[in-house]
Amino acid sequence: MSMLYSEKVLDHFANPRNLGELPDADGVGEVGSPACGDIMKMYIKVKDGRISDVRFKTFGCGAAVATSSMATELIKGQPIDDVLKLTNKAVVEALDGLPPVKIHCSVLAEQAIKSALADYYTRQGIDPGPIVGAIPEACHIH
Amino acid sequence: MKAAHYVYADNAATTQISDPVFEAMLPWLKEGYGNPSSIYKKGRDAGGAVLAAREQVAACLGAEPGEVYFTSSGSESDNWAIKGVAHMMAKKGKKHIITSAFEHHAVLHTVEALKKEGFEATFLPVYEDGLVRVEDVENAIREDTALVTIMYANNEIGTIQPIPEIGAICRKKGVLFHTDAVQAIGYVDIDVGAQNIDLLSLTGHKLCAPKGVGALYIRKGIPRFPNLIDGGGQESGRRAGTENVAYIVALGKAIELTCADIEGKKAVILPMRERLIDELLKLPRTRLNGHRQKRLPGNVNISFEGIEGESLLLRLDMNGIAASSGSACTSGSLDPSHVLLAIGLIHEVAHGSLRLSINEHTTAEDIDHILDVTPRVVEFLRNMSPLWEKITTEH
Repeated sequence: MSMLYSEKVLDHFANPRNLGELPDADGVGEVGSPACGDIMKMYIKVKDGRISDVRFKTFGCGAAVATSSMATELIKGQPIDDVLKLTNKAVVEALDGLPPVKIHCSVLAEQAIKSALADYYTRQGIDPGPIVGAIPEACHIH
Repeated sequence: MKAAHYVYADNAATTQISDPVFEAMLPWLKEGYGNPSSIYKKGRDAGGAVLAAREQVAACLGAEPGEVYFTSSGSESDNWAIKGVAHMMAKKGKKHIITSAFEHHAVLHTVEALKKEGFEATFLPVYEDGLVRVEDVENAIREDTALVTIMYANNEIGTIQPIPEIGAICRKKGVLFHTDAVQAIGYVDIDVGAQNIDLLSLTGHKLCAPKGVGALYIRKGIPRFPNLIDGGGQESGRRAGTENVAYIVALGKAIELTCADIEGKKAVILPMRERLIDELLKLPRTRLNGHRQKRLPGNVNISFEGIEGESLLLRLDMNGIAASSGSACTSGSLDPSHVLLAIGLIHEVAHGSLRLSINEHTTAEDIDHILDVTPRVVEFLRNMSPLWEKITTEH
């Protein structure tokens, strides 16, 4: 099995953007599972309807780290409405593509963002369901 | 920053062709291009080179030259031995095969293919230490057992199986015994006669010979089982295809060199392996996979909780270290290595595994570099891991 990561993927892997935690986060989302070998955790701060700050932590492969990193770059400073529309496809395109076997890692990035937003709304006392939608389980190993 | 130091620590995957092997094979790629079946001098010379290589392989195994057959690879040797013997024995009503749970896929997938044809298979457990138990082999043998096939040393965790004892049981019970010795050649003293081995697979590219050549040892006296490849009369009519003379010469030279001083090699490699294991095990929540002593001298397989293998390999690569892992991402499937699962690791621990396989060409400076880089990389990955966060806050 040989596989080529793009320069962008290797760069985001080697130099992840927005790595870390936000102790005073407004929303925290964690998706994935240890059994699957993929866990993403996203911390967001929300101000005036925009993502004012974001951090991530990831347990996973090169693609998992790169998609997490790129996802945080794509949502930082953006209005929530736009962030809700972010798809894994957009993350993959921003990275100049991923090998087919690695596309599922980008799905986790999209879900981590939605999970963080859902947490934000829950903390506000707002039902996240209608806004964020359902977050399907990506991993089927238990 | 000091100059980039490159360390190749993945010799279990493949090896670099050594200088003497390269020099030995080169003439057979250029001037010595004759077909060994041809009657004129150029052909006879090529035939002689193949014969000489056959004698070198036989000498290393304690076999006769006539018992050695050249193939393209370890995989081909495994396929031929297992399918050939299975089909031969099926005609006598014997359709049961015994193997281990952590064989190389060249054996496992071959056995799976035979199961689809109606054969039955028993996959023996390998326990936490990565060793097959001789009693399990004995208890598994039935009236209709056609073949026992157990690898000499596991490719991922390096554990060395009790082959002579298994061979003795098989001999006693009248069952043919094959071993995939691809990883063991040159690190373990093999004597097919004394160790009761009926069939043995090996390959060149783990021994500093090129990829694309292997061999199968078939004990004289075993009834002739079907060919995998039919055609011209090469390899006594048992494996067709014009001989890959240059690569066969390379294999012969390589096996002669590696078998020349097994103890001397072990004396050089073992201290380096022990140093790697001792130092890396100092990291928290870190474990060695497979028996500490009964393993190949160059094999280190360690799991670091909380991190993932491909990321580990990529960061090691960024620091000039080549190694491999048993994580799902590197296995090409959704499951991590079947070897690590077979010794009882849970998925998340198997994902964080690292295999370093050093050999006699590895230097002390290489070990220094690995030990300088690896803990820092593990720390970096753990600091960014939500799983490590969970592990360290909950316990």
